[in-house]
Amino acid sequence: MPPTAAPPPLAIEARGLTKRYGATCALRGVDLAVPAGTVCGLLGPNGAGKTTVVRILATLTRPDAGSATVAGCDVVGRPDQVRYRIGLAGQHAAVDGILTARDNLRMFGRLYHLGARRARDRADRLLARFDLTAAADRPVRTFSGGMRRRLDLAASLILAPAVLFLDEPTTGLDPRGRSEVWTAVRRLVTDGTTVLLTTQYLDEADRLADRIVLVDDGRVLRSGTPAELKAQAGGERLEVVLRDPADLDRAVAAVAAATDAEPVPQPGGGRLGVAVPDGSAALFAAVRALDAARIATADVGVRRPTLDDVFLRFTGDAAERQGAA
Amino acid sequence: MTTPFALPAASAGALARLGWTLADGWTLARREFAQLRRQPSELVTMLAVPAMLVLLFGYVFGGSIQVPGDGDYRSYLMPGMFAMVALLGVASSATMIATDIGAGVMDRFRSLPMARSAVPLGRAVADLLTGAAGIAVMAGLGLAVGWRPHGSVAATAAGFALVLLLRFATTWVGITIGLSVPPATAEAMVPVVFPVTMLSNSFVPTDGMPAWLRTVCDWNPVSSLVAACRDLFGNPGGGPHPALPEQHPVAVTLLWAGVLLAVFVPLATARYRASGR
Repeated sequence: MPPTAAPPPLAIEARGLTKRYGATCALRGVDLAVPAGTVCGLLGPNGAGKTTVVRILATLTRPDAGSATVAGCDVVGRPDQVRYRIGLAGQHAAVDGILTARDNLRMFGRLYHLGARRARDRADRLLARFDLTAAADRPVRTFSGGMRRRLDLAASLILAPAVLFLDEPTTGLDPRGRSEVWTAVRRLVTDGTTVLLTTQYLDEADRLADRIVLVDDGRVLRSGTPAELKAQAGGERLEVVLRDPADLDRAVAAVAAATDAEPVPQPGGGRLGVAVPDGSAALFAAVRALDAARIATADVGVRRPTLDDVFLRFTGDAAERQGAA
Repeated sequence: MTTPFALPAASAGALARLGWTLADGWTLARREFAQLRRQPSELVTMLAVPAMLVLLFGYVFGGSIQVPGDGDYRSYLMPGMFAMVALLGVASSATMIATDIGAGVMDRFRSLPMARSAVPLGRAVADLLTGAAGIAVMAGLGLAVGWRPHGSVAATAAGFALVLLLRFATTWVGITIGLSVPPATAEAMVPVVFPVTMLSNSFVPTDGMPAWLRTVCDWNPVSSLVAACRDLFGNPGGGPHPALPEQHPVAVTLLWAGVLLAVFVPLATARYRASGR
């Protein structure tokens, strides 16, 4: 039975996913809604529950409570139907190191019941697409980390899945390997695949994801576009470093007058910072005011919040809550 | 997003599902043959210890061991070595499965629309054939050190069939272990196979052992298999056997294999199903 024509509006929908492993609670009611054709980044520290979410959605693990559909199929009720529509790659799904790249892809093709000839054709096409044709007949254990992940990605795309799960796809890769994987993922997304990506790398989520779901301690803390999350972490900040720390009080007064905000002296001496609604306007005003007051500066700059700020701010909250509980 | 391939109906009938199970199992078995072709040293490693024991016991200790019926010790020893190769199925299956779990290959299999019993089945089928290769090598070594089957062709074939049957049955024990314990533990268990084979009539007759140990050794399935092989191959130490489990060694070996399969085939499949941690 081929899948029905009308694609579901949500490629992934999860409600109240809960999972315990013995005494530890890995997930405490996770909701997730990923529109078809988008990239959702599941971001969180180690042990936050990201991998458990992926394992449940990829039918490797059953949730203790809650429900989820992937590509319109229920993960608990119809795992077989889900498995025909998903691909899984990353740290938790691997390829056989002893076999060659070609043998690996053919084997997985046969396990998707493609038949020998189509499995062979599909393997050749994927090898070409991931730039592995030259290495196709080498044992995979001789591959570099980046090549291995590309093969891993190829293996997860044998059936051209509607939904692709990438579980920390670049963990342990060097910068070149990471950018190879990112390029491959971006190409998939332009082809219309929905991607759920877990990562601890903020820049990875920032570059690849349309929406980020911040997870910690088995819960969803925040979600939104990277820009929305950065805005939630606080707006832009103007930072000034003085040549002479003795000027600090005068500088605080000057910047306060210029930006109509309350600058705060920063640790380190001769530094001040101030949250401002419009960074570049504040920058010019502050520079002019400091110049007029004859205060020499070593550095003046506008800092935009990064996902690091988001991450530290919100996951920090969770850690405090846990400590207080 | 459309799929460029027609999907086999996941809700197909029982017969079609059985067909997929066998096809998937065979695909996985072929994977292991391909692995063996790329790393034939695995087979050599597997046989290194039994081969060393043949030489060690055959030539170093064998001269001082009194064989029942005054036979040649190396001819007495070989059925025990075949049994050891049979039992190595536990070790090779446990480590292979553990390796796949450790490397994440098992998770990939579990994310594919495969029959759930195909993974253990594929391992068992592959193991049966690699086990047969191992026994062929061991038989060649036996012939080289002077062992000969003296029974009829049918009896000799029956002896080897029993060895393979016990290998197939014990492999499922190994698969269950591999699916149940952490990968490192599974690998640490490999050497246990050797004392288990030695706690039997493989190397020496059990008559000389303390009574309690003798009971343990007589009821070891290895002893039944070895006694059956000695009878069927016409090797020294063949019947009549004093101990009860060895009086009908073929029947007892068949019974052991049946019991092991009846317990561990469902257990291994259930473990694989449940291994979603």
